[in-house]
Amino acid sequence: MIKARITVTLKNGVLDPQGKAIEHALSGLGFGGVGAVRQGKVFDVELAESDKTKAEADLKAMCDKLLANTVIENYSVTLT
Amino acid sequence: MKSAVVLLPGLNRDRDMIAALTKISGTPPVTVWQTDTEIPDVDLIAIPGGFSFGDYLRCGAIAARMPVMRAVAEKAAAGVTVIGVCNGFQILVEAGLLPGALMRNTSLKFVCRQVKLEITNANTMFTRRYQPGQIIRTPVAHHDGNYFADADTLARLEGEGQVVFRYADGTNPNGSINDIAGIVNERGNVLGLMPHPENLIEAAHGGTDGRGLFESALGIAA
Repeated sequence: MIKARITVTLKNGVLDPQGKAIEHALSGLGFGGVGAVRQGKVFDVELAESDKTKAEADLKAMCDKLLANTVIENYSVTLT
Repeated sequence: MKSAVVLLPGLNRDRDMIAALTKISGTPPVTVWQTDTEIPDVDLIAIPGGFSFGDYLRCGAIAARMPVMRAVAEKAAAGVTVIGVCNGFQILVEAGLLPGALMRNTSLKFVCRQVKLEITNANTMFTRRYQPGQIIRTPVAHHDGNYFADADTLARLEGEGQVVFRYADGTNPNGSINDIAGIVNERGNVLGLMPHPENLIEAAHGGTDGRGLFESALGIAA
């Protein structure tokens, strides 16, 4: 079995109002010097697959087809 | 005129859409379920608003990958008229039938209120009963209506007259780029919009501003 972590983040230039709100909340808690905060998503996926190359290709296809909206989001796949 | 309404778990404006289509076209729409792979021969397909699949992952993302949406895409490619309202708009965007994306409102708040809409393009099959530049009122009720598209897509939408509805008079409720409230595809037969025209079609609603959209799309004389 292969385990993977997929990270989905907003592309540069895409406004992230949730990240902004978190940024303000952190400042409000007294954390000085907090710059931009961007919110993203993490997916931990288990695959019944032993071939790492095949697994990576499948995981990328999953991102393109469902897990990320590539109009506004980037993704990265890491085998863990 | 025959119409169909797409049903998915979590939608909640389906009855409003069915009532509007029935009252305006005189014939109740057929309903198609998420797992249906074929849609009967109809002139118009409507995807109502709501929270399909609990808005999990991204609004409309799961619904857009259901079998019924492949059938909608085939019908749209064959020239059938398709309208997506609110969650229906989000589903059409996620399905790739319309460009861009709908993101969280910049206020981070769910907005439920009436807004003013400008008929930006009255020369579409959805707006021919309106005058160019006419301002109509419609309700909105959404958390993720903040339309976004990259600069090239936006320039193309604006240049080709694909921006059909725009929030007017400072009533943009969600921060959408260029005040965009509704767009059509390149061919002009697929419309997505965040406001709910189906909720302003008879006097009991307090106005009939939304009626013209359905009369236009169904080819019914005003």
